[in-house]
Amino acid sequence: MTETTSAFGSSRVKRGLADMMKGGVIMDVVNAEQARIAEDAGAVAVMALERVPADIRSQGGVARMSDPDLIDSIIAEVSIPVMAKARIGHFVEAQILQALNVDYIDESEVLSPADYVNHIDKWNFTVPFVCGATNLGEALRRITEGAAMIRSKGEAGTGDVSEAMKHIRTIKGEVARLSALSKDELYVAAKELQAPYELVAEVAATGKLPVVLFVAGGVATPADAALMMQMGADGVFVGSGIFKSGNPQARANAIVKAVTFYDDPSVIASVSRGLGEAMVGINVSDLAAPHRLSERGW
Amino acid sequence: MSVGVLALQGDFREHAAVLRNLGAEVELIRRPEELSRINGLVIPGGESSVMDKLARAFGLAEPLAGAVRSGLPVYGTCAGLIMLADRVIDGITGQQTIGGLDIAVRRNAFGSQTLSFETDLDVPVLGASPVHAVFIRAPVVETVGPRARALARLSDGRCVAVEQDNLLGTSFHPEITGEFRFHEYFLQKVAAANFGH
Repeated sequence: MTETTSAFGSSRVKRGLADMMKGGVIMDVVNAEQARIAEDAGAVAVMALERVPADIRSQGGVARMSDPDLIDSIIAEVSIPVMAKARIGHFVEAQILQALNVDYIDESEVLSPADYVNHIDKWNFTVPFVCGATNLGEALRRITEGAAMIRSKGEAGTGDVSEAMKHIRTIKGEVARLSALSKDELYVAAKELQAPYELVAEVAATGKLPVVLFVAGGVATPADAALMMQMGADGVFVGSGIFKSGNPQARANAIVKAVTFYDDPSVIASVSRGLGEAMVGINVSDLAAPHRLSERGW
Repeated sequence: MSVGVLALQGDFREHAAVLRNLGAEVELIRRPEELSRINGLVIPGGESSVMDKLARAFGLAEPLAGAVRSGLPVYGTCAGLIMLADRVIDGITGQQTIGGLDIAVRRNAFGSQTLSFETDLDVPVLGASPVHAVFIRAPVVETVGPRARALARLSDGRCVAVEQDNLLGTSFHPEITGEFRFHEYFLQKVAAANFGH
């Protein structure tokens, strides 16, 4: 760029890309072929990773950033934004992903955490970050560290939408509660949320997060996606739900349409027909606590 | 005066908020039958490939192209500019547009998100003070055909804003920077066109 007044990597530019993804579906893909299917189905972005969460869950072991060759092959295949995951606190994986020219980094609890105390200082990067949150305080702490987009965590790799529901309800409910507080009550609210007062006051005044809020973790059907949109999500991530189902192409298409027409049951009904098997799934209540990914991150 | 905002995907709420601020009545548009109620339309930022796909799947693309041909004023930002372009370079396989602007647009012309940027631009048609413009994986207008007119260029000469009769397009996003002048300029076109009456 020759522009003398150009600013790269500003908050506005980082948060702006998330704004452009609103009303859209971000799909997990593990190879170029899946990325092509996702783009053709109308994904607004793809998440490039080696194993979808359902496989990470069933195969176990340490889950890390994907192979750069895999990420390159997916970037080469599609023209929509490509996201990739770094481990919580693993700022070198994030440096590598930025060097690979991914469009967004997901500092993700789906991978094994690299630091059980600190998250990545995301202000140090030009590339924007999305981070998971289960409640408002966690979301605001991530934004304080520089996250430009938040996704509620849900419980990845289960196909059970109940945790996603719990987290979006919690975040929305806490935002609404803040809006109802008087000004002098916000100091204690900030203390309770363990988040900076300025950010808490901003949320109280505007009635929403200062960044885009997507939902993730357990969305497996068009109805699940529409449910999250009716709950006030700006968009959805679908991980294992598409490529672990009987007919990924049809399901991807259907979920994209259900997100756009989330408030029109006749459209959701019509796109829900003939999709074949949904992913089998695991009930979150059957998961022993150490296997709950949403409890990673703090 | 009722202005539609295409609400298939993208930052349509930001456009709706700017238009309401300027006193326009706003309708979010997702279905062909909703087009009959509007005197102008904004196509927001987002993913052009997604908007194209949904516009065709729900039967909106053809009536919209017809409305543009018969003079519906339309303003497109970023993905919206691509939707209004007669020719797209670097689209996905099979990508189509509504068309109307005699231009060729290169999709995602600056590269990955780390090359997205903000800068000040001179836009003489909007007055002397510069427009602060945000480019997010933005397109550029590579060829301005004889029927279209460039309204703004980057310092390297690349065209990033165009108009042609009732159509207006920008590579960047006034809707997220508090810059209202493009929308005001567009609403003047809508008022002058008096489309549908």
